[in-house]
Amino acid sequence: MHTYPRFETEETQNITQMALPHIEIKDLNVFIEGQHILKDINLSIPNNSITSIIGPSGCGKTTLLKTLNRLVDDGKGVEIKGSVLVNGEDIYAPHAEVTHIRKKMGLLSQRPFPLPMSIFDNVAYGPRIHGERNKAILKQIVEQQLRNVGLWEEVKERLDASATGLSIGQQQRLCLARGLAVKPEIILGDESTSALDPISTQTIENLLIELKKDYTIVLVTHILRQARRVSDYILFVYNGEIVEFGKTEDVLLNPQNEITKQYVKGFIS
Amino acid sequence: MSNIQRRLRKEKIAKIVMQLSGISITGSLFLIIGTILYKGLPYLSWEMISQTPKGGFYIGKEGGILNAILGSIYLATLSTLLATLIGIPIAIYLDVYVKSKSFFARCCKLLFDVLFGIPSIVYGAIAFSIMVWLGIRASLLGGVITITLLTIPIVVRTIDELLKTIPVDLKNVTFSMGTTRWETARMLLKYIKPGIFTAILLAFGRAIGDVAGVLLTTGFSDNLPKYLDEPTATLPLAIFFQLSSPVPEVQGRAYASALVLTFIILVIVICTHILASKQKKHKI
Amino acid sequence: MDWRLIKDRIVKYTFAFLLFIALGMVLLIFVGLTGKSLPLLQNEPIGQILTESVWSPLKGNFGFLPFIMGTVWVTFISLLIAVPLCTLASAYLVEYASEHLRRLVLPLMNVLAAIPPVLYGVWGVLFVVPVLSRYVAPMFGIDSSGYSVFAGGIVLAVMIFPIMISIMVQVLQTIPQDLKSASLSLGATKWETITKVVLVKARPGLIAAVVLGISRAFGETIAVLMVCGNVPQIPKSLFDAGYPIPALIANNFGEMMSIPLYDSALMFAALLLFVIIFGFNLISRLILNRLEGKN
Repeated sequence: MHTYPRFETEETQNITQMALPHIEIKDLNVFIEGQHILKDINLSIPNNSITSIIGPSGCGKTTLLKTLNRLVDDGKGVEIKGSVLVNGEDIYAPHAEVTHIRKKMGLLSQRPFPLPMSIFDNVAYGPRIHGERNKAILKQIVEQQLRNVGLWEEVKERLDASATGLSIGQQQRLCLARGLAVKPEIILGDESTSALDPISTQTIENLLIELKKDYTIVLVTHILRQARRVSDYILFVYNGEIVEFGKTEDVLLNPQNEITKQYVKGFIS
Repeated sequence: MSNIQRRLRKEKIAKIVMQLSGISITGSLFLIIGTILYKGLPYLSWEMISQTPKGGFYIGKEGGILNAILGSIYLATLSTLLATLIGIPIAIYLDVYVKSKSFFARCCKLLFDVLFGIPSIVYGAIAFSIMVWLGIRASLLGGVITITLLTIPIVVRTIDELLKTIPVDLKNVTFSMGTTRWETARMLLKYIKPGIFTAILLAFGRAIGDVAGVLLTTGFSDNLPKYLDEPTATLPLAIFFQLSSPVPEVQGRAYASALVLTFIILVIVICTHILASKQKKHKI
Repeated sequence: MDWRLIKDRIVKYTFAFLLFIALGMVLLIFVGLTGKSLPLLQNEPIGQILTESVWSPLKGNFGFLPFIMGTVWVTFISLLIAVPLCTLASAYLVEYASEHLRRLVLPLMNVLAAIPPVLYGVWGVLFVVPVLSRYVAPMFGIDSSGYSVFAGGIVLAVMIFPIMISIMVQVLQTIPQDLKSASLSLGATKWETITKVVLVKARPGLIAAVVLGISRAFGETIAVLMVCGNVPQIPKSLFDAGYPIPALIANNFGEMMSIPLYDSALMFAALLLFVIIFGFNLISRLILNRLEGKN
């Protein structure tokens, strides 16, 4: 048995010393229907920055993302070993409350999935569930979050219309606003722009860059250019293992590992 | 924090309520079979299923229900056979001979779906008035025709579902070898052979259990069925008649007859299940 | 010409012929029933037949209201029982239950679907009716034989369980996992996700399932006939006897010939059933086909 290196950059160490990292993964192993999908993952994700997870299809990057908010639990035949600490709290501890954990993490999925209700109710869905009944406050939250994602001016006249009538780019921004409305601490993006046109993609990317001052953001992407454009750190996953983790420029322009080199070669040339 | 606790309690209660509804639904099946077993078993005897009604049978004297068992089996076999012979060509026609995605084919399939839901009493009523009009008396033939009409939609639908599972490419490959549509159809039939038995069993199960259709068209008789143009007893109808008798022994025989019918149905269901699971294995 | 091609032609025309015969049946049923009910319809306006409550064929009174109300009562009761139970149970099967449990329960539903109506009737007579008259009716301080619309409703509910469950499970399985994830990742519990997202999204399909259930309940004859009491009156409570339309047809067909207009009235009853059920089935099949096309 060889030991896996612990992936920490200087920055993360510094942050660790300054405050607890938001997310820390320790000895994480995930099996799905007997297959070893993630192997001995050890990782500290830095605060207030964007970390992109890259890697070839099927390498486990989406699974890694979904272990962070325990959505992976819902699959069939899933077995998880190890721990994921969020603010020092293990979300896989036996008594951890899963809805509470998920509330802390906003998820932006591959395609926008507006809930089957009006635009207003989509954003107000989370706050309502978490006990907010006051209409004035709900209105305020909805307006604020829709402004946050730059959607307010476009939809303020038709808040009661069904959310499925929006364009797909608008839907994705609505989903972001919906996620932000429950006041998460972390935003998880699962190839969140892959269904969007270039302009909407750019809007979302700019939003994420703006949001990182208040949130820790983890993205899964297969577009290296996007990783370069938006992220501060890059995590390269191959075959369920972390191969390389570091600052964006370092990983993309000066990869240490042979596999990483090959993977990013297309990007450099 | 109390909000979360309240919500979690709700989740727990909801889950329990859902489990209870699931249990009561599946439980109803066991309740039905259990009731019939409990009431019917004491009255079940060899004599019951091996003899025809003797004199005084309906006031509790000797005899059995062999006439009804055989009548039902004849009726169900004949009408299933007819329904298969008519239904399979129809399904094939709608899938191979006309474009299966065409408006015409979709309309026809929709119509068979709708026909599947038409209750047997309607079929029975219309068949009865046609028989009256033609001057035919209630007979095995009348029952066979009614039940055939009732089961054709079942056969068409099931076969159509099977044909849908065949990859379009397979059809195209055979066509591109220059086969005629009939030759292609025969190849497709071979492909879905195990499924055809499932369809036949489904139709047979429905045919043997139906009452409302045969009530008006088949009549009832204490003799063993011999000719197509004679009234014939059927098992469900025998149950129905005996149950409405005031004599306890006759009622008891109704319970036992119900047990016999349950047994036949269970055998059919189990066969269907085995066939269906075999077919699935075959596919993988 | 090539013999193979000739054979192909022959087969084609034979098959087409069979198809038109089978579909011609629909037309035949409709035309036949309408033609037979015409004498009654010419005798009295249809609005009056449907709303009049006196049924005495010997005096020439054919008021269908008691039978319509009998059918409405038993159908309504059965839906009241079956819809919530089936919705909850199928949501459980899809969202909570393990694959193993699903594979165990769904075949059992096929068994339930295969049980013939007459056995449901036997069960109703042996179990439901005595329980109602001995235990349930006294609880409400009512003296009842048990042969009532309530008994009919319960038996019917169990009869429509399988069709509703199997369609509802299919419908719920088409809801994309990502939509559920979207709700879950906002911190919603599973139950909240089910009520606020899954069931809302699945509504058209669920409605189709319920409508199919209704039309099954509408046309069911023998099981209801055995437990309903068959008194031509408008039921006023759960424990009153009722007389649904299919039971009317089944009970009176043999002896109808001698009384004028009686056969016409019964044919009209069959026509009523046919038209209503045809319509209901058509609507729900269209909804389901469209859902299937989407996925």
